[in-house]
Amino acid sequence: MVRMIRSFPRRMIGQPFRRTRWNTRGATSECRIVEGSPGCDALRLSEIVIQPVAIRALQAGLETAKSTSMILDLANPTRFMSFSGRLLPWLIGASVVLLGIGLAMVWFVAPADYQQGETVKIMYLHVPAAWLSLFFYVTMAASALGTLVWRHPLADVSQKAAAPIGAAFTLICLVTGSLWGKPMWGTYWQWDARLTSMLVMFLIYAGILALWRAIEEPNRAARAVSILTLVGAVNVPIVKFSVDWWNTLHQPASVFRLGGPTIHSSMLVPLLVMAVAFTLIGVSLHLSGMRTEILRRRVRTLTILEAERLDAQAA
Amino acid sequence: MIRSFRALLIRDLKLAARVGGSGMMGLVFFLAIVTLMPFALGPDLNLLSRIGPAILWIAALLATLIGLDRLFQADQEDGSLDLLRLAPVPMEVVVVAKVTAHWLVTGLPLAIAAPFLGLLVALSPEAIGAMVATLLVGTPALTFVGAVGAALTASLRRGGLILAILVLPFMIPTLIFGVSAANAALGGTVPFATPFLILVALSLFAAVVGTVGAAAALRSGE
Repeated sequence: MVRMIRSFPRRMIGQPFRRTRWNTRGATSECRIVEGSPGCDALRLSEIVIQPVAIRALQAGLETAKSTSMILDLANPTRFMSFSGRLLPWLIGASVVLLGIGLAMVWFVAPADYQQGETVKIMYLHVPAAWLSLFFYVTMAASALGTLVWRHPLADVSQKAAAPIGAAFTLICLVTGSLWGKPMWGTYWQWDARLTSMLVMFLIYAGILALWRAIEEPNRAARAVSILTLVGAVNVPIVKFSVDWWNTLHQPASVFRLGGPTIHSSMLVPLLVMAVAFTLIGVSLHLSGMRTEILRRRVRTLTILEAERLDAQAA
Repeated sequence: MIRSFRALLIRDLKLAARVGGSGMMGLVFFLAIVTLMPFALGPDLNLLSRIGPAILWIAALLATLIGLDRLFQADQEDGSLDLLRLAPVPMEVVVVAKVTAHWLVTGLPLAIAAPFLGLLVALSPEAIGAMVATLLVGTPALTFVGAVGAALTASLRRGGLILAILVLPFMIPTLIFGVSAANAALGGTVPFATPFLILVALSLFAAVVGTVGAAAALRSGE
């Protein structure tokens, strides 16, 4: 949603852009100034809040805004949309190719374990899913900081898009782990520290998803969820180090550890390929989730505007 | 600051005492759950005394959840939360005052009632002592963790269920160490002090995180 406002007075450039001052009646509280040059007679409004850095750049005039960094460019949802739109097909292509290569390696190249037989191949799904469940939680926590500290609109969007993906990877990790546990440990489930902390992680993800749905207004939902996300971040190190702190049935870390990985390269290489493939899939899903969310918010703003317009007409 | 803290504390205690106190409800709920257990498990006293601490802890946890959704919601509805937001007192002080009042009317009665309910599940005298001690130092952690959830859901119309979903995962560590401390007193390889001290640490940790988190949630929820 972009609208032009005519006769933009020069003296307003230095003003703080509070919602009351620059609110056109229809645009509700989500409307902020995006671009404008000193002395110009027009400025663009977007429905999504921009970060303070961008406002400061705006105050200094468009010249400096143009010279600021790439990050600032992406901070603008419109630029993010065009950039991610160009990037996404490549990401999807790369993840499909890598997933193909990875699965082929797992199927034909990776050897069966001398103790576990073919069931060891569950590992190639289980381990990357576990990594990514943590990865997306960390992404969410970082975005939550972005939401709370900088009130950044893309941070809200990134947070919201990451939650279901992270939850899905956590579920994949739990399910594959459980299927792997039956032949190896003789049980689908064991209440040991790693498994339990992972289950708690899934519950936290579920709580976050529930809270997103419970609060209707996107900005308020984002702030509420970010607090919950940051409190829940306590669980991330617990999941990671549970195998070191407690004596568990789950094996300790064997890839990222001091002194190098303890698994043989014939298994490590397919595992890493799968991990990269999963990461690319996750990032593609995340980006397209963010795009969908941005579009959804635009639709929401347009709907509100339309409703208010009809309202004004009727009155 | 101390004066406003005291004023808020006294106000909340008076409200709890005069408006059909949720403290008594929590206590009755606690009793009801403990009474249900023997019906589900069968009246085997040996079994009950072995899992007694777990029963009491679960019951205490659920009883803490009762009334937690009203912690900030009532103030949100009648507008006093807006006044508190405008007041010069930091939100953290408000949270601590309200949580303390809430604990005094729910957590503390649970710990005091635990010996009598311990008799129902055939706990030994040492175990009862340990139960009271663990509930005394453990329930503040539950209340503080719950306060974050209560603050997040203050403005929701049906916050009760979502509150439970949000805070229960965070109550698990307290539950683990509360039960293991009480079990350690029943006899076992681990000395009582080890899990008990961790439980104390959890309460202190929850007091900090809960206060800051709930205050942030209340501030952002305007």
